[in-house]
Amino acid sequence: MLSTSLIILIPLLPLLTFVLIALAGRKYFPSLCGILGTLSLLTSFLLAATVAYDYFFVVGKVGEVYQQIIPFKMTWLQFTPNVAIDMGILLDPISVMMLVVVTLISLMVHFYSLGYMKGEERYATYYSFLGLFTFSMLGLVMSSNIFQIYIFWELVGVSSYLLIGYYFDKPSAVAASKKAFIVTRFADLGFLVGILVLSYYAGTLDFQTLITRLTTPTDQLHSIMAASFLGCSALTWGLVLVFIGGAGKSAMFPLHIWLPDAMEGPTPVSALIHAATMVVAGVFLVARLFPVYSISCPTALDIVMWVGASSSFIAAIIACTQTDIKRVLAYSTMSQIGYMMFALGVSRYGGENGLGYMASMFHLFTHAMFKALLFLGAGAVIHYVHSNEMKDMGGLRKLMPVTHLTFLIACLAIAGIPPFAGFFSKEEILQAAFNSNKAIFGIAILTAAITAFYMFRLYFNIFWNKEYHAHGDSHGGHDAHYGEAPFTMKFPLLFLALLSIVAGFIPFGKFVTSDGKFLLTEFHPTFSIAPVLLASLGIVIAWSFYKKESAAPQKMADGMSGLYRGAYHKFYIDEIYLFITKKVVFNLIGRPAAWIDRNIVDGFMNLLADVTGKISFLIKGLQSGKVQNYAAYFFAGVLGFVLVFIYLWT
Amino acid sequence: MINLSILLIIPLVTAVLVMLCRNAAQVRMTALLGSVVQLGYSSLIMFDYMSQRAAGNKSPMLYEAKVSWFSNLNIEYYVGVDGISVAMIMLTAVVVMTGILISWSVEKMTKEFFFLIVLLSFGAYGFFISLDLFTMFFFLEVAVIPKFLLIGIWGSGKKEYSAMKLALMLMGGSALVLIGLLCLYFNTDAGNGMHTFDLMKISHMHISIEAQRFIFPLMFVGFGVFTAIFPFHTWAPDGHSSAPTAASMFLAGISMKLGGYGCLRVAAFLMPEAAHEYSWIIILVSTIAIIYGAFATLMQTDLKYINAYSSVSHCGFVIFGIGMLTKTAITGAVMQMVSHGLMTALFFAAIGMIYERTHTRQVAQLGGLLKTIPFIITVFVIAGLCSLGLPGLSGFAAEMTVFMGSWQNPDTFYRVSTVLACASIVVTAVYILRAVGSTGMGPIKNADYLTFKDARWNEKLASVTLILCILAIGMAPFWLTNLISPDTQIIMDNISRSVVGR
Amino acid sequence: MNDIGLLHFLFVSCALFFIGVYGFLTRRNLITMLMSVELILNSVNINFVAFNKYLYVDKLDGLFFTIFIITIAAAEAAVAIAIIINLYRNHKTIDVEEADSMKF
Repeated sequence: MLSTSLIILIPLLPLLTFVLIALAGRKYFPSLCGILGTLSLLTSFLLAATVAYDYFFVVGKVGEVYQQIIPFKMTWLQFTPNVAIDMGILLDPISVMMLVVVTLISLMVHFYSLGYMKGEERYATYYSFLGLFTFSMLGLVMSSNIFQIYIFWELVGVSSYLLIGYYFDKPSAVAASKKAFIVTRFADLGFLVGILVLSYYAGTLDFQTLITRLTTPTDQLHSIMAASFLGCSALTWGLVLVFIGGAGKSAMFPLHIWLPDAMEGPTPVSALIHAATMVVAGVFLVARLFPVYSISCPTALDIVMWVGASSSFIAAIIACTQTDIKRVLAYSTMSQIGYMMFALGVSRYGGENGLGYMASMFHLFTHAMFKALLFLGAGAVIHYVHSNEMKDMGGLRKLMPVTHLTFLIACLAIAGIPPFAGFFSKEEILQAAFNSNKAIFGIAILTAAITAFYMFRLYFNIFWNKEYHAHGDSHGGHDAHYGEAPFTMKFPLLFLALLSIVAGFIPFGKFVTSDGKFLLTEFHPTFSIAPVLLASLGIVIAWSFYKKESAAPQKMADGMSGLYRGAYHKFYIDEIYLFITKKVVFNLIGRPAAWIDRNIVDGFMNLLADVTGKISFLIKGLQSGKVQNYAAYFFAGVLGFVLVFIYLWT
Repeated sequence: MINLSILLIIPLVTAVLVMLCRNAAQVRMTALLGSVVQLGYSSLIMFDYMSQRAAGNKSPMLYEAKVSWFSNLNIEYYVGVDGISVAMIMLTAVVVMTGILISWSVEKMTKEFFFLIVLLSFGAYGFFISLDLFTMFFFLEVAVIPKFLLIGIWGSGKKEYSAMKLALMLMGGSALVLIGLLCLYFNTDAGNGMHTFDLMKISHMHISIEAQRFIFPLMFVGFGVFTAIFPFHTWAPDGHSSAPTAASMFLAGISMKLGGYGCLRVAAFLMPEAAHEYSWIIILVSTIAIIYGAFATLMQTDLKYINAYSSVSHCGFVIFGIGMLTKTAITGAVMQMVSHGLMTALFFAAIGMIYERTHTRQVAQLGGLLKTIPFIITVFVIAGLCSLGLPGLSGFAAEMTVFMGSWQNPDTFYRVSTVLACASIVVTAVYILRAVGSTGMGPIKNADYLTFKDARWNEKLASVTLILCILAIGMAPFWLTNLISPDTQIIMDNISRSVVGR
Repeated sequence: MNDIGLLHFLFVSCALFFIGVYGFLTRRNLITMLMSVELILNSVNINFVAFNKYLYVDKLDGLFFTIFIITIAAAEAAVAIAIIINLYRNHKTIDVEEADSMKF
């Protein structure tokens, strides 16, 4: 086993890079920052890979069960004698798996950005933010304490904010970063309250203790089941609230509105944060607390399931109508994460029932590969075309052969065509859904078909459709030359493409299961016929529509004009939110609050002062400054006293 | 050996020296030196305090010193510190030093300006180390008057109005404190017909519950005005926005903490039963302050107003934590005092630096400044992130401790209040990001902005000092909790003992 | 009623007192007002002397007081005239109506 200090180094190296670049790098060696960041990430990745090897093959397994190992833990903030925030490292199958995924994708993105971000004014800053993000994400997945995960949760949120707002002089980027932060913050409120609820009843914040206490039937569990609020037990509330946090970060309906806008950030950032790592944090969170969800509170798990399934479906529909290629990818991310969510939702703890859990993690793993690949490929295209819009593209297959090939592989993978990675993980998910809930299965398989359609709509629109015409935009339109990206960008594409092909063959059930035991997954060829056929159908439809420029898609859209327009406008969810925030919150709460403060609360204070002033104005006339008036008052006073003494004083 | 009176002598000597100086440069250097020496001595006290505690010194107050001042009424000059006071002293020392650095370019009546600043710090130090209620009150008053002059003379905008408003409301608050103080005094019994102002002695006495019911509101509201308790907070926005930068820093960073400290040390500590009885009112009022302050901030367009209203909201957490009457929540309240003091000082410093260059604080007129003055805007962003409770910066640890502690109170009303208070973090995020976004980011609105010079050495030094303190607390909150939690435990013991005893 | 009794003196002094008060309140010239004050003081003097003569025959306190008052009245007149002169120097008038800046 690796020594503890080396494990700590995995998240610490990116942090050091961040600090170093932010303090010194930007000023003294800006051009070296990219290489510095990449090297430190490479070290992190190698360490993570070693840890993974050690964990899965050497020390992790005791008996037949993968153990949770805590190599490091320190008290960070003591609340009460029992409740404290610890900073620790928890190694178990999912965290080790995530460790590898995060470092790997981050490394790829670092490498890719060497080419993509070259010549940017804030190149060094970009790398420092990437370091900060990677540190936070690694801290998140390794958390041993539920509050620790919340801390890193917020940190990834802020790094995402910084990176989305990277082009800070673009108002749309600023707005998008703000939106992303605020929406996830709103969800985090749920997470925070959920933590408060759970920790109060469990009497701890530590994951291991918390899970044990909330899954074994003891007094503690009974007390939390008995305490009810508005008809649900405190446990249900706590878990649902925690899930709200997860749903916000993972862009689940109806908290997904930030994700498409987050595409304002540089494309490699979208690949890293908004496709492969940060957005799956919600899935990771539910997986982390999975025993509690599945054993003690299936109700909450049902909510997870339905939210996941509906997000997956809605996002797939919206993705069919979008024309900005990054937005299509964003919605597809949301859809795939929905897949992972409902896979967790249909699953139960342990053994065969835990298939969904395993499938969800598997999909998370493969999705990270091919979705990062898609985004990086899209980045290469955008780099060449200088536009995000589909209409500016088309016919790029000859001009960018490598990008074309890798993009195709990724599309096949996400569409679930064997033998690419997505096929295997999707298969498991569908099977898990089929075993437990037919309605979910129906949604899932329909979504799978739509996924294939919109991914290939994207593919054909970029690489086939019409001949490429350089559009004369502000970047000074260039000729349709051979436009393959530089090596730094090509290499990650090829590497990830390779992974997208082979990742599916990993026997995932051996490593990551709900209870740590080996789960044998059978492969049913007959079962997979239907999904593959449906996916192929989706591809064929996309081919017939978009292979050549034709009027068919437009006709189709006109045919379903209501649905099409709804989906094109993302079902007006943004508008609803805008209405609620701008109109309701600002006008009905904010403005009155400010008004009341100025006019009533402060008005009362000013009124006091005014009344005092008025009274003093009234009586100051007595002080005329004229001696004779004073004398008159004096004599009147004396007279008054005399009268009082004579007649009233007895 | 530590002598607390040196904490008072240093500012006094500095003040005298400042008056003797011949030109502005000398004045600035003298004031800065004085504050640096003070900071050094405060750190010395802190480290000595920590080592004494670590060595097992269990007495409730350390470095006690007592001199009879007016023996007929048993008024004493009685000083001593515990962890809470030490934290407050450190806060004061840091804020005063950075405040002096930030006001380096004050040209108008420089001598008087720095004299008043130093005098203010004298009052604050005295307040935090006093253990005699009368002495405490004396120092409280010392810390009020200079603010009137600082705002009225060196302020901007409708400064006379704001200065008058602030002084009157704070004076009103201290009048309430004085009444409460005297009532408390005459309810004490120090043997042979004498009464006492001695805080430690009173804490062991039993004040009758009827008296407490009357005195507690006086004290709590009186101190509460200082910490901008709802609905007596309206001095804060006007006062802050008109005050010169250093005075704003001092006002929000230290002066508002005088109130919180008083609420805790005097009101809750000495009258625990009443604190229990009125706890729901305190929670109600502070929850309103938190939520309503946050929403009122949303609508502000002036950077200083934004920070002033957000201070109302954040100081609500202090009162909220105290009102919850659990040990963790009170610890959180103290942490929030320290954290908010540093954070808001940094915020005002950043706003002051921006204002000095742009001559406007209207959010709508700013924009894109990150391009021209990156350092200042980075400072501004860090202050903002601290304000919205980013982990790793001090605000997070403090707020979370308050929330955690509040949740220990199992009553539904308190739970709902806690959730509402938690909800304010979302609103905070909205207004902070709005301010940050429209100040630092976006296109540059005004061509003049391109000519700005970034921060000078004094501004950099001040910002970096504050940021380091914020980071120190945010990264390693355990040292702060270790410092203060034994003493919140003592306060808590007093509270729970009295309630059990009933 | 040939005898002139205490009542007569009191009547005179009372009249004198109110004449003084009237003069003090109505005259606008400071010198006249000073004279009015003197009238008031003298009315008091008459009272003292009269009471001493009729009620406490064997004592001299009233006479002493009268002498005191006369002395103080002299000093007071000196001070008052000094004030009046100063007023005149500053305001070019000794009209009290004009000297009303001591207010609020």
